[in-house]
Amino acid sequence: MAARVAVIRFPGSNCDMDAVQAIRTLKGARADLVWHEDKAVSDYDAVVVPGGFSFGDYLRAGAIAAKSPAMERIRKAADQGLPVLGICNGFQILIEAGLLPGALLRNSTLRFVCRWTALRVDSDSTSFTRRMRKGQVLHIPIAHNEGRYYAPKGDLARLSREGLVVLRYCDEDGVPSASANPTGTSDNIAAICNRAGNVMGLMPHPERGTEPLLSPSGSDDGALIFRSMLEAA
Amino acid sequence: MEISLPVKSTFRVKVVISNRPGSGDPEGETIYRDLVSKSGFRDVKGIRTGKFLSVEVEAPDRESARKVVSRMCDELRIYNPAAHSLTVEA
Repeated sequence: MAARVAVIRFPGSNCDMDAVQAIRTLKGARADLVWHEDKAVSDYDAVVVPGGFSFGDYLRAGAIAAKSPAMERIRKAADQGLPVLGICNGFQILIEAGLLPGALLRNSTLRFVCRWTALRVDSDSTSFTRRMRKGQVLHIPIAHNEGRYYAPKGDLARLSREGLVVLRYCDEDGVPSASANPTGTSDNIAAICNRAGNVMGLMPHPERGTEPLLSPSGSDDGALIFRSMLEAA
Repeated sequence: MEISLPVKSTFRVKVVISNRPGSGDPEGETIYRDLVSKSGFRDVKGIRTGKFLSVEVEAPDRESARKVVSRMCDELRIYNPAAHSLTVEA
């Protein structure tokens, strides 16, 4: 039976249909758009919290959506092991809802950065990276203004030590250098996960990186994240 | 029998959310570096930006109003304690 994925739509989500489309093109996958105030997510095998500007990014990106009824249900489902993927604004929402630690602050460049990035896989044991190998370099684009991951020093060290940093911005050789860091994010962090590995947030947009024709390098690496998620579902 | 109802007044409580020192403040740094420090205000040594909320609250007194707003900021996560500090003034 096809795995069913819920893509949650908030007022202001704008990458929701792209995520639905990217998932529907994969074999053995169904994707439904689910309004944040509607039905339980318990009928689904995985949840995607998509990108955009939920509630206009008012107060702070993700802060208002974090208190929506959907997030309470998603938190419970995540505790039961359901794969939950937060993309860009979805990552901000997962952080603000307390499903992931730290903060996503304004880019150090004070600019909205929209470009393709290279990412090194630092953990291949999560629900979203199991079809990859550690050290592999992916190409997926970013598009955001508040993606500078921050956590107090001790917490950052703990994330690295416990293998909870999943993706880091890197150069083409897989080195997470300062020049490959597009936003001033701590330790080049682009994605983190929870201890169980079933909740991941990432700033890059995998749904925009699933068609080789739309990538300068012919990459469809974004699909690897969704395929991993379906396999784990 | 006389019933005394608590008298409530309206207070305005100020909430300021700012970045904690370690979390960086690129906007404040830019305002300082590219505007203020180039404009002759030599006694100004730094600028930090933040977000300001003015909250209208009904409460019996000023201190109760401040407490309600503090609790609201914590419960609704008006700030992210990982990166921000909060000032609540009634």
